[in-house]
Amino acid sequence: MLKDITLGQYFPGDTPAHRLDPRTKLLLTLLYIVALFSAKSVWAYLALALTLIVSARIARVSAKALLRGLRPVLIIIAFTAVLNLFYTPGRTLWEFWRLRITYEGARTAAAMMSRITLLIMGTFLLTYTTSPIQLTDGLESLLSPLKKLRLPVHELAMMMSIALRFIPTLIEETDKIMSAQKARGADFESGGLIRRAKALIPLLVPLFVSAFRRADELATAMECRCYHGGEGRTKLHVLRFAARDYLALALFLLLTAGSILLR
Amino acid sequence: MADMIRTEDLTFTYPGGEDTEPTLALGGVTLTIERGSFVVVLGHNGSGKSTLAKTFNAVLLPSGGAVWVDGMDTKDEALLLEVRRRVGMVFQNPDNQIVANVVEEDVAFAPENLGVATEEIRRRVDAALGDVGMEEFMLHAPHLLSGGQKQRVAIAGVIAMEPECIVLDEATAMLDPIGRREVLEAIERLHREKNITVVLITHHMNEAEHADRVLVMNDGKLVMDGTPRAVFARAEELMAIGLAVPDTVALLRALRAGGMDVPADAVTVDECADIICREFAERGR
Amino acid sequence: MEDIIRVEDLTHTYSAGTPFCRNAVEHMDLSIRRGEFLGVIGHTGSGKSTLIQHLNGLLKPTEGRILLDGKDIWAEPKQIRSVRFRVGLVFQYPEYQLFEETVYKDIAFGPTNMGLSRAEVDARVRAAARFAGLSEALLDKSPFALSGGQKRRVAIAGVIAMEPEVLVLDEPTAGLDPQGREELLAHIRAYHKERGNTVVLVSHSMEEIARNVDRIVVLAHARVLMEGTPRAVFARGAELMQAGLDVPQVTRVAMALRDRGLAIDPAVYTVEELAAALLALRKGGAAC
Repeated sequence: MLKDITLGQYFPGDTPAHRLDPRTKLLLTLLYIVALFSAKSVWAYLALALTLIVSARIARVSAKALLRGLRPVLIIIAFTAVLNLFYTPGRTLWEFWRLRITYEGARTAAAMMSRITLLIMGTFLLTYTTSPIQLTDGLESLLSPLKKLRLPVHELAMMMSIALRFIPTLIEETDKIMSAQKARGADFESGGLIRRAKALIPLLVPLFVSAFRRADELATAMECRCYHGGEGRTKLHVLRFAARDYLALALFLLLTAGSILLR
Repeated sequence: MADMIRTEDLTFTYPGGEDTEPTLALGGVTLTIERGSFVVVLGHNGSGKSTLAKTFNAVLLPSGGAVWVDGMDTKDEALLLEVRRRVGMVFQNPDNQIVANVVEEDVAFAPENLGVATEEIRRRVDAALGDVGMEEFMLHAPHLLSGGQKQRVAIAGVIAMEPECIVLDEATAMLDPIGRREVLEAIERLHREKNITVVLITHHMNEAEHADRVLVMNDGKLVMDGTPRAVFARAEELMAIGLAVPDTVALLRALRAGGMDVPADAVTVDECADIICREFAERGR
Repeated sequence: MEDIIRVEDLTHTYSAGTPFCRNAVEHMDLSIRRGEFLGVIGHTGSGKSTLIQHLNGLLKPTEGRILLDGKDIWAEPKQIRSVRFRVGLVFQYPEYQLFEETVYKDIAFGPTNMGLSRAEVDARVRAAARFAGLSEALLDKSPFALSGGQKRRVAIAGVIAMEPEVLVLDEPTAGLDPQGREELLAHIRAYHKERGNTVVLVSHSMEEIARNVDRIVVLAHARVLMEGTPRAVFARGAELMQAGLDVPQVTRVAMALRDRGLAIDPAVYTVEELAAALLALRKGGAAC
């Protein structure tokens, strides 16, 4: 049941997009977002859409998969569209009883919808081609200059990757605890909000107790394998830029510059 | 060369909590573990065997007395990392030892901590997974593995430090018979082929079958120390402290009681059958 | 003896419609007789845990039926909770589910969910604690302050307190030391005797099953491989070992002796029996 939730929907593969350094992909996504939010003209949006389509082809992601990634936010898109359509002041395009659609409203709605759609699809591509571990490693590497500002970059990255590793384990445990309490007549389904919240106690207490115990045991196990913080640590997989990374970065820089300038 | 592990008059007391008294878990244990030996430590739950194991790599420091690993005092903070590198430990819960999302990354954890160079980490990870028979799972997600497989990955993670000794603290307690067998075979192979010292903490009597030496703990004290054969011959004492003997030993004792002249110390099924047949044959003469 | 539970042509499919689709249980037929002490053995992946979760309605059959006292438990899906009070299920390592402030309250969780009066709940909590070997002094303590073995007994008491007609225990002795195992099994045996209800023991340990149950069901690869009395099942030792299972160590000694030429009944499964058989043979002048 709960087991089917995968975080960020990563699909292993061997496309050029997969082979890009995760830092590159993070930076590309950042540039893409900046470009998206600076875009004003239709041409800019079209250029960004084209970039998305080409990137999706390179990553061998089907249009169907991309659209599926939109499903969780369809409501937000529809809501934003409606809000903008009916509540933007300006030249009337169409009127019926109390409802009024303006030319400006239509324009803004279209822009908003495109922006959100392109944004979601773009980040979907990021998580599709980059595993959670790669993302964490990439982030850790990009943020490492901040260590000079006493920011615990390594510790944060370690926390993130351990959390990611334990998500499926904790989901499994939640399932087990729920089954055990149901076997004693616990009812997680019926009743009002307060009743249901109370019904969660037999689930949450054991989960928390177990989480603390796990943390304790894991910490001991890590120390037994000579963990002593980020000082002096080396890595099995070292991130290295290749020609394709520089190329991709250059292209996206152009794209972003263009989007900002060609307003 | 110093002994692998040596303790002298080791005591350990767990500090009390809000509503608990402090507990004396070890009451003066003196022993040596020789390099390259395969030692099994038996004892009921609460006998102090796990506590003892945890003093071997400074997870717990002695309340009194001392523990030396390869001649190094475990209380010496400066030597802590070196002690832990030499004596690796595998724990009971397979899940709570795995740090990474991918098997090879988890096995790489220890060498990464030790600042080993990248190519060398690669070499060690491949070798360690080979040693435990888990090479094909290198890129798998650990949480999808069986208990026995997870424990073997944990063992590989320890091997990657190139330790001289591995302590298994009830590492088979949560496994099914197949998983237990996988882990024991992996450990026995490591002992045989790499001459790694093994200290196996357990309450499963039949895991002592291939040990060189059996230590029995009771109430924080070391009460027996000898070969598996010698220890299992003292069946009444074992049962008095809450342990059991393998059924093979129980059978031979019952036969002795019935008048047969058989030694009551065979541990494996084949040894037992051979002894019985020999007696029948001799009687026939 | 009629059947208190009948499993009819049970199939359960996980992840249907995905590439991970598999049948954990396939066309399984099984009956549990009223009042018996049944043992269930099977390797990991044989369908054991899927099967037992069907017995108390935690899982719904993809195909087939579960009959409790002759009635399909899913006839009225909204009433499925009531089945869980009649078929009590204790999972592996049940001590990890304790959550209440006191042992008393935790054991009372089940009976309270049944809607019983305070007086009735109290009576049941105390009776269950007794069956599980817990002293009254422990009732006011926090379950988290107890030892592992005590916690386990509290968890088991929590299910016994519902006074189920059928008690299913999944590896209740997992992780316990030999003495702990013996004590717990003795308590379970006494419980079965005194209450006269039906107990199902799922275990990996052949010795444990051999020493405690009236009848054994062996599962392998999502189906029932064989069933019968311990004697009948262990007589087919070779088949069991082929299915990746084991036989009691004593039975393996008997098999080894047979291989060496002694006329030993291969269905022997206790130390006492084998010793007696050997001593008798000896008197008769047998040889290897």
